Amino acid sequence: MAVVSMLNVKPSPAEAAPPVQISLRGVRKYFGSSGFVAVDGIDLDIPQGQFFVIVGPSGCGKTTLLRMLAGLESLSEGTMKLNRTDPSRPENSMVFQGDSLFPWMTVYDNAAYGLRMRGVSDKDVEESVKLWLERIGLYRFRDRYPSQLSGGMRQRVSIVRAFANDPEILLMDEPFSALDEQNKMLLHEELLRIWEATKKTVVFITHSVDEAVTLGDRIMIMTANPGREKAIIDVPFARPRNVLELRHDPAYGDLVFHIWEQLRDEVQRARMNAEGGK
Amino acid sequence: MANKSGYIGERFIGLLTPLVLLGMWEAAARTGLIDARFFPPPSSIVHTFGALIASGELWTNLVASLRRLFLGMLLGGVPALFLGLAMGISKPLRAAIDPLISATYPIPKSAILPLVLLIFGLGEMSKVVMVALGAFYPILINTVMGVANIDKIYLDVGHNYRASRWQVFRTIALPGALPSIMAGVKLAMGMGLILIAISEMVAASDGIGYMIWNAWQVLTVDTMYVGLLVIALLGFVFSVILDEIERMLIPWKARA
Repeated sequence: MAVVSMLNVKPSPAEAAPPVQISLRGVRKYFGSSGFVAVDGIDLDIPQGQFFVIVGPSGCGKTTLLRMLAGLESLSEGTMKLNRTDPSRPENSMVFQGDSLFPWMTVYDNAAYGLRMRGVSDKDVEESVKLWLERIGLYRFRDRYPSQLSGGMRQRVSIVRAFANDPEILLMDEPFSALDEQNKMLLHEELLRIWEATKKTVVFITHSVDEAVTLGDRIMIMTANPGREKAIIDVPFARPRNVLELRHDPAYGDLVFHIWEQLRDEVQRARMNAEGGK
Repeated sequence: MANKSGYIGERFIGLLTPLVLLGMWEAAARTGLIDARFFPPPSSIVHTFGALIASGELWTNLVASLRRLFLGMLLGGVPALFLGLAMGISKPLRAAIDPLISATYPIPKSAILPLVLLIFGLGEMSKVVMVALGAFYPILINTVMGVANIDKIYLDVGHNYRASRWQVFRTIALPGALPSIMAGVKLAMGMGLILIAISEMVAASDGIGYMIWNAWQVLTVDTMYVGLLVIALLGFVFSVILDEIERMLIPWKARA
């Protein structure tokens, strides 16, 4: 791969590699009577603590794959193993695409949702929710309802809801796709900041190559219809990352270009499929 | 500022219209332009209103109607609420009960009155049951719709955060359906007022409906108008109270 990095401090595989947290073998998903294959034969190992990004054209089955990881969708074939390191913590929490905050709960109650559902005491809920809301700068909005917040603030609360639940794996389904560019940049920074403090395993889905390169340790490019693995690419940039400075790095542009090249055929194919299907 | 004065102006016009109409009515009745036997002047209706209050008659009838209305709303509304929530959550239950609801809903509740009288007799129960029948359907139907129409993403969140069935019910289904349930309760209240008036006219010896019917039988037209006025006022007061309850129960809508 023709990518030069400025500060490659990634440990080589020979050094004590972290244990595998998510392991997929031959995972397929087809839907009911139509026989539509959404995900076709994914083999994947994601080590603990990795920020793993899946990019692909719309309708390539990446959301379906994430929903299977979240336990919201069953597998048609194959095996999925999520290795737990701490059974007392929840296995995964998902940040959903679009508005998923409960409109009838305040910011605080939304953020506390996961902890309350698993019966954490009020005192511990308070402590954790306060910490997370403060970290993301929303503690003073704790008594507001989602309808009183901007789109960016709402998405920050749903990120807090997932982080406060303290899962081993964080699943994110295009959480920033509805936001404008400026908001997106700020949220990338915030997400990286709080993620770097916890080093959770993340599976992040996006259709934005920039987002994938900015955030990820490793990127899987998916083909469209059926969804298969096209390539897996390591992102060489060191952590902690500065979202703005990163874009200055020539290696950033090279990597984006490289991924785009591979993705372009898929996007075109997806588009032709969609048009041909009419 | 312009908006505010515009609002006050609209309120003023809204108050002015009925006052002008009442004035015209008063004048027309006094000058004999309209038949005062059918349309007694408002001043004489107000006078009768005062007399009925003073004699305690209005109070007795009002309490009797309110009691039936209240008990009927409870008897019809509470089962409707629980059945509606259950039907909203469970598709098989909905499939099983929906046809029954669709088949019985269109029957005018007033048409069932003779049957209700036959079964429950002339006592209090028959009137309460009439109100209950009227309250049952709108609350049931709105509750089912409210739960069934909750955005799927909220249920996904519930499952992902490992909420139990009861927790999903308490934290998602119930609050999510609440706006629709409240709309059902408002419809039910209107239905209850209609049905209490009808059933008291046919089979009661007190209540506002009875008062109106009795006024027709003995031709005290003023009393009839007082009865109508009281029912209109009840409808207005109930809607104000229900709006207030809605604001308390659904704060996320009010503050938006």
